[in-house]
Amino acid sequence: MSNPPDFVTGETEAPEMVNRPAPPPGPVPAAEERRTLHDLWMAGTEAPREVARFTSEGAQEMLAEEQEPILAGQMGALVGDDYLSRPGPSGEDTQVINMGPQHPSTHGVLRLQVELEGETIRRVKPIIGYLHTGMEKTAEALTFAQGPTNVTRMDYLSPFHEELCFSLATERLLGVEVPPRAQAIRVLMTEVNRVASHLIWVATQGMDIGALSMMLYGWRERELCLAFFERVTGLRMNHNYIRPGGVAADLPDGWEDDVAGILAKVPPGIADYQDLLDDNPIFRERTVGVGVITAEECRAYGVTGPILRASGVAWDLRRAFPYSGIDRYEFEVPIGNGGDVYDRYRVRIEEMKQSLRIVAQVAETMPPGDYRTDDLKVTPPPRARLDQSMEALIHHFKLFTEGFKVPAGEVYEAVESPRGELGMYLVSNGEAKPWRLHVRGPSFAHVQALPVMLADSLIADTVATLASADPVLGDVDR
Amino acid sequence: MSDPASLPDRAAALLAGLAEQFPRARFGSSLGDQVVRVERDDLVAFASAARETGLTAFVDLCAVDYLDRPEGRFEVVVVLLSTRLCLRLRLLVAVPGEDPQVPSLTGVFPGANFYEREAYDLFGIAFSGHPELTRLLLPDEWEGHPLRKDHPVGAVPVQFKAVEQAP
Repeated sequence: MSNPPDFVTGETEAPEMVNRPAPPPGPVPAAEERRTLHDLWMAGTEAPREVARFTSEGAQEMLAEEQEPILAGQMGALVGDDYLSRPGPSGEDTQVINMGPQHPSTHGVLRLQVELEGETIRRVKPIIGYLHTGMEKTAEALTFAQGPTNVTRMDYLSPFHEELCFSLATERLLGVEVPPRAQAIRVLMTEVNRVASHLIWVATQGMDIGALSMMLYGWRERELCLAFFERVTGLRMNHNYIRPGGVAADLPDGWEDDVAGILAKVPPGIADYQDLLDDNPIFRERTVGVGVITAEECRAYGVTGPILRASGVAWDLRRAFPYSGIDRYEFEVPIGNGGDVYDRYRVRIEEMKQSLRIVAQVAETMPPGDYRTDDLKVTPPPRARLDQSMEALIHHFKLFTEGFKVPAGEVYEAVESPRGELGMYLVSNGEAKPWRLHVRGPSFAHVQALPVMLADSLIADTVATLASADPVLGDVDR
Repeated sequence: MSDPASLPDRAAALLAGLAEQFPRARFGSSLGDQVVRVERDDLVAFASAARETGLTAFVDLCAVDYLDRPEGRFEVVVVLLSTRLCLRLRLLVAVPGEDPQVPSLTGVFPGANFYEREAYDLFGIAFSGHPELTRLLLPDEWEGHPLRKDHPVGAVPVQFKAVEQAP
C-alpha cells in the first residue's frame, strides 16, 4: 500500500520530461485499406462476417499489431517507459473484447476496445464520437448572447464552468469589465458546481468498484447543491446563468440560508465518505497502485486537473492564471504523489473541502452592487424602462434579435473545471456570431490518455481507472 | 500575461531563445496571449525546441477555416504550456486551402493524436506523419468535413448507416 498523499500549497518543481525519440515512421494504411485489414483480422477469414457489419466502426477500430504504427500509444509506452514487453504478435494468445459503447460503467457512450492476454490488458483503444452533435458548428450559428445556452450542454456536470469560460472569452474580446458582485456570484456558483461534480464523481467511482452505498450518499449531498442551483437559476442543469457581461439575475432572497445549508451539511457528508473509504481495505485494494500515470505522461498527453495533481504537480489554473477575482479568496491546491486512483480520490475529496472554503468566504464577503456590467452594448435595459421609453424598447429588441457585435480577434481562455483545463478558442470577425468556437474539453484529453493509465493492468481495473478519469462524454464528443 | 515586456524574466528568456533559434517565427501578443506565427515546415522543429526549453505540456490543437485569407485558408492553432513558468504559448500555422497538409506533432507530443484526428475529421487537414489518420468523431463513411465554412448547415441529408436488423 502506498502512503497517503501529502497535501501542499503552491507550485512544486516537477521532474523534467525525458527526451524520447520520435516513433519510427511506419506504413500508414489509408482508411479503406485499414477497414479491410480490420475486417480480415477480426473475422480471421476473408469471408465477410455478418454480425460485425452492424456494429463496425471500420477504420477507426483496433488493428492487428503488425498493422498498427501507433501501437506504442495504445500500449501506453510512448513516454520514457520500458515496463512493457510483449511476447509475440497479437492474435495468437490474445483476444479483443469491447467495453461499451452502451454500458453504465463507461459513463456515457465511450467504447473501449481492449486486447487481452489472459486477464492482462495489452492494448486499449478508445473509440469516441457516439455523442457527437456538432456543437462547435452550432456555435457558429448562434450569437454571442446565445452562446452560453449551447456550451452549457457540453460538460453537463459542470455547466457553470462552461458558461464562465465562454463569457470570459467573449468579455476579453469585448474589453468589458464585470462588476465585483457578478465576479463573486460567478465564483460562488462555479465552486458549488465543483463540489456537486466531485460528489457525483465520488458516488459513481464508489459504485463502479462495488461500494454501492456511496452512490446514495453522493447523490444525497449533491441534491443540496442542485436545489441551490434551481433556486438561483431556475434550472437544475444547463442553466445559461453566467452570460457575457455578468450573470442573468441577482441572487434570490434567502440565498445565504441555502449556502449555509450546503456548508453545514456537505462537510459531515464528506467526513462520512472518508470514514467509509479512506482506510477501507477493499477500496484500497481496488485503487492503490491502479491506473498510474506519471507527471510527464500527463503533460505530454494534455492531462490536467485532479489527475495531474494526483501525479504530484500542483498545477491549478485558479492559481496560475486567476480568473473572475478568484485570487481574492484563500484556498490550497491539494496534490498526491502516486498518480493512482486512490490519490485521485484523495485529491478530489480535498478539493471539495477547499471549494467549500471558498464558498464560505464568498458568502461572507459578497460585495453589493450590480450583477452585470453597465455597458449598454451588452446589457439590455431594465424591464421597467421598456414601458416608458421607445429607445429602450428598440435597444432591447435589437439586443435579443441581432445580438451585440464583438470586435474581431481571437482569444484562448481557460478555466479550471472540476475535470481539468477547460479551454475555449474563440474567433470573432466583428459580427454578432462567433466565426469559430473550439472547445478544449478536459475529458477529451483524459480519454485519449486512458491507454497509458491502463497499460499492463488487469481487466478488472479498467472500470476503476475509467471512473477515476471522470470523463463526461458530452464534453468528449461535443 | 500581457505584453512580452511584463512577462517574468525566465519566461521572456525562453521566448527570446526560441526567437533566436527560429528567425522566421513572428512573435507577438494578441489580447494578452503570447502568440507566435510559425512556418509550416518549421512546426515540428519549433515544437520540439519549445518542449526542450520548458514548454513541456501539450494543451490544445485545433483548426480554423478563414475561407479567403491571403496567408492561407486554414490556420492550425496549437497551445503549449509551461507549468513551471506559468507560460502559455499559442502557435499559429497558416495552411493553404489547395494543399491542406501539416506535419504531425504526434512525434513530439503524443497527446496531439486525438486532436489531429479531430482536425482531420472536421476540416480535412491531413497531418503528414500521423500514425493513424482516421476520422474520430464522425463515422468513416461520412462525406465532407463539416466544420469547413463552405459545408452548408442543414442542407445535407442526415447520413447514418441504414437501420438493419442483425440476423
